[in-house]
Amino acid sequence: MNLPAKKFNNPDQGPVALHDRAMDNLRYIRETMQRSASFTHVSGIGGVLMGLIAIAAALAASGASGPSMWVGTWLAAAAAALSAQALAMIRKSAAAGEGLLTGPGRKFAWNLIPPLVVGAVLTMVFVRAELIDQLPGAWLLLYGTGIVTGGSYSVRPVPLMGAAFMGLGTIAFFAPATWGDAFMAAGFGGLHILFGIVIWRRHGG
Amino acid sequence: MAARQGALPKARGDARPTALAGVRGQHSQAADPLELDRLIHERVRLGIVSALAVNGSLTFTDLKELLGATDGNLSAHARRLEDAGYVRCQKSFESRMPKTEYELTKLGRRELQLYLDHMEAIISATRDA
Repeated sequence: MNLPAKKFNNPDQGPVALHDRAMDNLRYIRETMQRSASFTHVSGIGGVLMGLIAIAAALAASGASGPSMWVGTWLAAAAAALSAQALAMIRKSAAAGEGLLTGPGRKFAWNLIPPLVVGAVLTMVFVRAELIDQLPGAWLLLYGTGIVTGGSYSVRPVPLMGAAFMGLGTIAFFAPATWGDAFMAAGFGGLHILFGIVIWRRHGG
Repeated sequence: MAARQGALPKARGDARPTALAGVRGQHSQAADPLELDRLIHERVRLGIVSALAVNGSLTFTDLKELLGATDGNLSAHARRLEDAGYVRCQKSFESRMPKTEYELTKLGRRELQLYLDHMEAIISATRDA
């Protein structure tokens, strides 16, 4: 794989070969750096914002008049929270002068998306089957799964937060149905704010 | 070609660590403008230095997985970088398991920067040719 260094010192090598070898080396250095770097653009501020949105949603959802309104409230909150985090990540990566979806960032996204898609599909299934009470556990568990898998390419607090979500989601399945909003507030609100502050302090906003 | 080579930087000064003397001795010390830092130029060692440049420290296992190197291969290359003072190695135990961590020294970072400058100079000189 490695090209012998002597080619650089061979006077018979033309400029094209030199140029190509140098380009190849620079490309290798860049790719190695990208592969090895942790994805640090998960935003602590974005996490705190997500948490605040979730707590507001929990308050609104607890007063919902019916299952449709309850699900609608949480889906709207999810869209707002994910948008807030996405904007915060764009801002953080721009401040660092780096692309958001390069190397580890792309892996983070590809590992996060499948559990979220599963969550969307199961939401439709659970709503049709009138199993609304099971949604908090399913959402917490699947979101946590995505954060753990995507977070394996990120800084340590991110996968730890995912594991906490998974634990909370599992407990939620076995808790009384009336505690659903409390679990949602504790997870999407409390865990996001807690880990958001940790990420903010250790790895920047 | 000579004119083009003249545009390239003289890669090496005299103020080099003595640990590099052996490596330097492997190729001509004549005023060769294309002289490269052989120590970094080797692909696995270049990978080690590049990865450490963007991480505070990496374990032996991290580097092995990242570079797809065998234990023996990585160990030998890391040792050469350590002997030259480019990387620092720290051995410890974690849950009774031996753990080897590497980090880039100031010298290693400077040498990588020089190597990058050299590559850019080659590209620039050949592009202008």
